[in-house]
Amino acid sequence: MPISLDSRIPDGDLADKWSNQQANFKLVSPNNKTKYKVIVIGSGLAGASAAATLAEQGYQVDCFSFNDSPRRAHSVAAQGGINAAKNYRNDGDSTYRLFYDTIKGGDFRSREANVYRLAEVSGQIIDHCVAQGIPFARDYAGYLDSRSFGGVQVSRTFYAKGQTGQQLLLGAYGALNRQIHLGKVRMFVRSEMLDVVVDKGVAQGIIVRNLVSGEVSRFNAHAVIIASGGYSNMFYLSTNALSSNVTATYRAYKQGALFANPAFTQIHPTCIPASGEHQSKLTLMSESLRNDGRIWVPAKQGDHRLPADIPHNERDYFLERRYPAFGNLVPRDIASRAVKQVCDKGLGVGPTGHGVYLDLADAIDSSGRDIIEERYGNLFEMYQRITSENPEKTPMRIYPAAHYTMGGLWVDYHLMSNIKGLFVIGEANFSDHGANRLGASALMQGLADGYFIVPSCVSHYLTEQKPQLVDTTSDSFNEIDQSVENRVADLLSIKGQHSADYFHRKLGQLMWDNCGMARSEKGLRKALDEIPKLSEQFWQQLKITGCGKELNFQLEKAGRVADFLEFSQLVCQDALHRSESCGGHFRQESQNAEGEALRNDDDFSYVAAWQFKSGKSNHQPEPATLHKEPLRHEAVAPDQRSYK
Amino acid sequence: MANYRVNIWRQDQTEKQGRFEQYRVEDISEDMSFLEMLDVLNEKLISDDLVPVAFDHDCREGICGACGLVINGIPHGKECGTTTCQLYMRHFTADTEITIEPFRAQAFPLIKDLMVDRSSLDRVLQSGGYVSVHTGAAADANNVLIAKHKADDAFTAATCIGCGACVAVCRNASGMLFVAAKTSQLALLPQGQPERLERSLSMVKQMQDEGFGNCSNHYECEAACPKNIPASYIAQLNRDFLNASMTSKEYESQTHCKSLEE
Ligand SMILES: Cc1cc2nc3c(=O)[nH]c(=O)nc-3n(C[C@H](O)[C@H](O)[C@H](O)COP(=O)(O)OP(=O)(O)OC[C@H]3O[C@@H](n4cnc5c(N)ncnc54)[C@H](O)[C@@H]3O)c2cc1C
Ligand code: FES
Repeated sequence: MPISLDSRIPDGDLADKWSNQQANFKLVSPNNKTKYKVIVIGSGLAGASAAATLAEQGYQVDCFSFNDSPRRAHSVAAQGGINAAKNYRNDGDSTYRLFYDTIKGGDFRSREANVYRLAEVSGQIIDHCVAQGIPFARDYAGYLDSRSFGGVQVSRTFYAKGQTGQQLLLGAYGALNRQIHLGKVRMFVRSEMLDVVVDKGVAQGIIVRNLVSGEVSRFNAHAVIIASGGYSNMFYLSTNALSSNVTATYRAYKQGALFANPAFTQIHPTCIPASGEHQSKLTLMSESLRNDGRIWVPAKQGDHRLPADIPHNERDYFLERRYPAFGNLVPRDIASRAVKQVCDKGLGVGPTGHGVYLDLADAIDSSGRDIIEERYGNLFEMYQRITSENPEKTPMRIYPAAHYTMGGLWVDYHLMSNIKGLFVIGEANFSDHGANRLGASALMQGLADGYFIVPSCVSHYLTEQKPQLVDTTSDSFNEIDQSVENRVADLLSIKGQHSADYFHRKLGQLMWDNCGMARSEKGLRKALDEIPKLSEQFWQQLKITGCGKELNFQLEKAGRVADFLEFSQLVCQDALHRSESCGGHFRQESQNAEGEALRNDDDFSYVAAWQFKSGKSNHQPEPATLHKEPLRHEAVAPDQRSYK
Repeated sequence: MANYRVNIWRQDQTEKQGRFEQYRVEDISEDMSFLEMLDVLNEKLISDDLVPVAFDHDCREGICGACGLVINGIPHGKECGTTTCQLYMRHFTADTEITIEPFRAQAFPLIKDLMVDRSSLDRVLQSGGYVSVHTGAAADANNVLIAKHKADDAFTAATCIGCGACVAVCRNASGMLFVAAKTSQLALLPQGQPERLERSLSMVKQMQDEGFGNCSNHYECEAACPKNIPASYIAQLNRDFLNASMTSKEYESQTHCKSLEE
């Protein structure tokens, strides 16, 4: 199949593109809608909102999740808030400013038209969520409250204490529940999609393993939407839920979908540092804390006094010092790197030296304990539970952790991948955040995609499809089903000596050391040399007890780790080829005299979309083939991003 | 570093018979979470060629509601306002015995070991736990003002994570706190008013159909709730339910009013 990278960006001025597109969308007549079936993989914010909205419109929807309930998708853990250009504060916000901040925050590596549309629909999301009964924070007059997040100077983040993701997800889950109740959505929980069925470049359905019975079955549809979230767990330790993984998108990639900018991963600056070998995940402390918290380290190395005993003039508030305009509210990539730099200099605090203070003492003095507790009470509790320290008495210790992945399957303006009928939404696609995502923009994007964008794009696509479905006993289904069954059997037959977790930890360490916050050619080549060896060990030494025709979480985990082992090589390949620094992708070879990321627009102003190339063995692909989608910056001329 | 003896409920499948098995876990640091202790045990079981213990979990930060174990007789253990995944080993005395069981209730059929099927809770919410608004229908978000204390109160109710601890702890295996948290969230907000009474009827009915028991006002649910959701929401639900039963024609209010009085 020749690859077409047509982004299908509509004509017209930036501000008119989406309305022009909507005017040109073709419609399926109401009584024909019931003849079309759409599969949605994932029931997080993106998946649940898309499934519910498509069902409201009259389509038949099958929705799949490996969780035991849609309400438990990883989106539930989002804390800080959701952005929208409402300008309720009259502080100078507008659609254009949200667009501009997102483009700049992403270090000029995203597509302008998509980002503008995102900013345009952002307000409607808040309207809809309020109508669903989501209890956002309010001020004493009863109006919606908002706060600031990193990388911006307006107050456009709407929130529900530190549980915004939970509240938004329960809203989307409610909408989904309503459609399940009406019989419009069939919900399959504890069901893992293990492959997409593609024939002649068109998506026809998926292969799913029931995680309780172990049974593998086939589902057909006129369109397939992947909303499977991000792949930060490639680093083993991350802020993501433990079962988040890359399988859905990686399988689609192996079937021919392009994977865009896989090396664009985000390391979040404010997480609770790891306490030991046993650590199974890292816990985020919401970025919203940086509104009131001040980040510092002792100015002198080896200062082991208690934080309260270190006078202000012997502290280094390094973000405020280096970035006076934005201070503690610089974007995440910049904050994370600054934290790493001070720790690398030996100024870090805590038992491992991998930590800096996030201090709320000044805020408690100026705003009062009650106000600060009201804002962050649940975060304080969470911190205290984990560390047994009270952040109102002693500053929190934080350190960066893998958190979000801007990379994802390549999609055009219609959110469709290069495989016809295969749409990708939410964190699983690459489209809106460039090389770095701004805080509170993932929830916005997931819901924009799911409620307001993908339903009309899918509808438009369906106008060109015949109502007949491809039979699930067709050759294409048979072949892919068989390969899924074979792979399960292969994994079970190894009978080695190490659990899947053992390999996952090793991979995570390799990736964190060589493809984490700072990347170099040497490190990346090392990773590209070591990962295939680790992968080989995996396929010789993996051990799974129990069998495949039952609930077997080791088998689930092993399949996901196997995909991470292949996928992480693609990430390193992308990171290696992009020898510039941009956003979260920091190449040590490309920095300015002050240690800031140095972009190279002449050579790298494009989306790197990678095409799978099979290798001699099923588990060891050849290096992927690069396709470039040039980025055109018409509205905002790229400049060196400065937050000073 | 501490050692423990853990008694764990093992059961291969729903239909098979279960039993307790005792294992020894060693070198447990006080900074480990309870689930990380189980991870250590599972690694050991795998290396001994045994099948590891199945339990539900995902976010491991107290928000998804997937985890849920009865620890020494108490759902989520004895620490107040804490999910199983947020429970740390520093709360357990070294060299003691810890007993771990699944959440047991008629409405939660056991799947394997410590894993139960809580989809009954989903079905209760499917029967009406939402505002029936179509995407695109909403007016500007600030058109309807909501007093801060109401919004905050609704938020408190909305923090339910759907873990089912309230059911597991209740002698009647009632789902009333779970149902009340959702109905109260929406009853406190203007957006929830049009469907308010209907919602309380359909959700209580579905709760009963799923095999949950009724509330007999012991309020152990409130103590077991990892999110500290107050049982006062149950009173709010009861009021709405009675109101609805009296006004609803289709509903055989008698049977249900009777059950509420029990
Ligand atoms: C701790 C934390 C805090 C955050 N806070 C914020 C915040 O304050 N603001 C913000 O904007 N963003 C925040 N984010 C980011 C944001 O939460 C996520 O990017 C977003 O929720 C992703 O939503 P999603 O719908 O794309 O995917 P997810 O919510 O990850 O959902 C993925 C779904 O896909 C399903 N799935 C995946 N693979 C398969 C498969 N193979 N088969 C079947 N089902 C599958 C899963 O079961 C799940 O239902 C935060 C992230 C973290 C980790
Ligand atoms: S694992 Fe999510 S609440 Fe415990």
